[in-house]
Amino acid sequence: MTDITPEQTGSGRSQSTTELVQKSLARRNRKQMVLQGYGIAAIVFALSMLVILVGSLVITGYPAFTQTHVELEVFVDPEEVDPENLARGSYDEMIAVSLGEYFPDIDMTDRVAAREVTQLLSSGAQLLLRERVIANPSLIGETITLKVPASDNYDQLNKGLVMRDTPEQFRRVDNAAIERFDTLDEAGVISTPLNTRLITNADSRFPELAGLKGAIIGSFWALLTCFVISFPIGIGAAIYLEEFAPKNKLSDIIEININNLAAVPSVVFGLLALAVFLGWFGMPRSAPLVGGLTLALMTLPTIIIATRAALKAVPPSIREAALGVGASKQQVVFHHVLPLAMPGILTGTIIGLAQALGETAPLLLIGMNAFITSAPSGPFDSATALPTQIFIWADSPERGFVSRTSAAILVLLTFLITMNAIAIYFRQKFERKW
Amino acid sequence: MVLFAFLLLLGATFVAYALNRRAAISIRANGTQLHSLESFHGLFAALTVLVPVLVGILIWLVLEGTVVDWVMIRSLPEGTFDDLGSGASQLIVAEIKSIAGGRVFGTPEPWKTEAAERLVAYNRIADWVLVALVAVSAAMLLWFARRSVAAQFRARQSAERIVLGLMVFCAVAAIFVTIGIVFALTFETIKFFQVVPVTEFLFGTSWEPQIPIREDQVAAEGAFGAVPVFLGTIVISTVALFIAIPVGLMTAIYLNEFANRRIRSAVKPVLEILAGVPTVVYGFFAVLTVAPAIRSFAASIGVDVAPNTALAAGGVMGIMLIPFISSFADDALSAVPRSLRDGALALGATRGEMMVNVLFPAAIPGIVGGILLAVSRAIGETMIVVMAAGLIAKMTINPLDSVTAVTVQIVTLLIGDTSFDNPKTLSAFALGMMLFLVTLVINIFALRIVRKYREIYD
Repeated sequence: MTDITPEQTGSGRSQSTTELVQKSLARRNRKQMVLQGYGIAAIVFALSMLVILVGSLVITGYPAFTQTHVELEVFVDPEEVDPENLARGSYDEMIAVSLGEYFPDIDMTDRVAAREVTQLLSSGAQLLLRERVIANPSLIGETITLKVPASDNYDQLNKGLVMRDTPEQFRRVDNAAIERFDTLDEAGVISTPLNTRLITNADSRFPELAGLKGAIIGSFWALLTCFVISFPIGIGAAIYLEEFAPKNKLSDIIEININNLAAVPSVVFGLLALAVFLGWFGMPRSAPLVGGLTLALMTLPTIIIATRAALKAVPPSIREAALGVGASKQQVVFHHVLPLAMPGILTGTIIGLAQALGETAPLLLIGMNAFITSAPSGPFDSATALPTQIFIWADSPERGFVSRTSAAILVLLTFLITMNAIAIYFRQKFERKW
Repeated sequence: MVLFAFLLLLGATFVAYALNRRAAISIRANGTQLHSLESFHGLFAALTVLVPVLVGILIWLVLEGTVVDWVMIRSLPEGTFDDLGSGASQLIVAEIKSIAGGRVFGTPEPWKTEAAERLVAYNRIADWVLVALVAVSAAMLLWFARRSVAAQFRARQSAERIVLGLMVFCAVAAIFVTIGIVFALTFETIKFFQVVPVTEFLFGTSWEPQIPIREDQVAAEGAFGAVPVFLGTIVISTVALFIAIPVGLMTAIYLNEFANRRIRSAVKPVLEILAGVPTVVYGFFAVLTVAPAIRSFAASIGVDVAPNTALAAGGVMGIMLIPFISSFADDALSAVPRSLRDGALALGATRGEMMVNVLFPAAIPGIVGGILLAVSRAIGETMIVVMAAGLIAKMTINPLDSVTAVTVQIVTLLIGDTSFDNPKTLSAFALGMMLFLVTLVINIFALRIVRKYREIYD
């Protein structure tokens, strides 16, 4: 039996412990600082990556929102146009003649020389003229002012993307071409207005004419199909699992299955669509309807999970009160619980649709990466979608498509941000805290 | 026409609702007590008309094209397909269809034009038959539903039974998707393994699936040894996880323990944005910015790097996975009971020590679950690797080299190719099967860990 007075041990040992702690404290705090430093570094890394991502897209993408145009005075020569068949006419010659006026020392009757000069303009220039004349045949014999896009290389030159001080052999535009461009520039016919064709045109082989109209409409049809299918089925499944399903093996399997489905790689859904929808059911290739169907299968788990969470958040007292006044179980759900859960469900649905809008791989497998120069007129027409259009353009060799790809991405991101903003608005405006 | 059928059905549904409701109201007006509310009588009638006819229309639409085509093919002159392969016959059918759709190229043979005219006629007949069937069946169901209205009729129970059945169908639909995936993949994979032995696919070390165009071409056999493809996926995923795991975990630790509320509320949405960026955008980012940056950096230190190095694809994929891992780790850390945290602090640990020695180890199972899910995401990620990784399968684990990946091969093998009868296309399904199985196993395992762990601390 040792009889130690508390005073002795207390003062002696606590002193040494305190000392020990004091001594080690600096080192331990330093360790904590290091840990915090790692954390800050990690966050800074993630944030800077986002900044670089968005920054590089904006820097490469913003030139595509404007387009170099050349203003021409074109004389619609009655001799060149067949009044019976307006589509047949040498519109390219008329354009060449009008462009040739700026270059008196070049013989525009010489085909090779003329080609050199007319390369300045987009190959779509004559089509624009043709459209104008077909729309208004009274223009024949008149001189009209036409603003036509410059071809890609000159567009790049105008925007400074082709450097003038690069040695000629490495430059895409030779010195003579730059001289011709400058002649036009001095004549004041070059302008760089907003590139509305980016939205109003469908795809094209020529970057200066390529636009996103077909892709946006295709994405719209696909998303609409996706919504029409996955929204009711998702809500139905979620209500059943959350409110009615008995606790048995089948419900367990369904639940595990839905969670797994949410994590299946998207390309596998593409394989499913290719084999089943296209292969077995013979649905049309490249159709937004099939794309939407595929996206619906992928969005289904997201909507189910979001709906279940929203239903779970409605307090039991609401259900009990409704049951108490004599409502049936289904009346409780459809008259009381579901309306209260709706904001949460809509938020989850919009977020799910935003994910579907950005999904690419399954659409590639069902052929929504086809080259299609007209906008689809319905969900059965061949079309591209925004993300697949981005993929097509990213794969194109022409320089002009680099900035157009970035611009298309910016358009896609705008849509996504808008959808998410709507979702957040819904959540904050209508969601009730219980 | 199909739209008209749907409108007809919709109209019939509303009529059914109104009729039955009206009938129920008039019964009550006569002074008889109704068993169910009038609206349930209406609902019952509406559902009785809507559901069976809708199912009928959908089945019809799925089968119509196939049946019409079959009838058209049967009506072609004898011996049209006698000495043609399946590809050539498909071409003829496709040509006839495009003529029927009004897209005539050149001058087709007269029998093709006739067939196209017949096809148009059959389609018109089919449409009319559909509308007629919808009208007749809707009318019959309407009559049946209208007859059932009576004071004693338990309309609520009947209607609710139908609604419940619909909801069960919705829930089971999710299972059907999985079954569909499994069936589609298995079916095509079995076809593939009839041509290429399983052992060659699983253990072969040479992947050259480009089947020769001519029979007599040199090196006539495509090689289907998938090991280099798997290896490529492993290399890229490893690079991705090398970036994503430390950054993700550190972010989660800092946000969970050290960050004040302002930083937390500023950083979290940014991470969510990072998570919401579509993968095709990441892919373009890898090609546009990251790969050239890596190359010029490597050139400056004198290292030779392939143009589409695994480093670029893997690195960008890592960035994509950061928010994924950090949110899982954050959740896992938050799920650790407060008592553990407070206990450690009360014993005099600094917050750093508490985090490293108590909180983090306690959250390990949840974190591992999250990391496993990230692994399965990395394996299945498609667009980044399609755009930034290589096409040629090489037996290498050097991340500076260009490697390919399972998903890259699936996409490149299937883009623009629809015939299901050559091993090249079928091999994509075999790869898809492998991908599905591996990710499925990882997912089930990870979800189980996450769930179990939640239960322990709940």
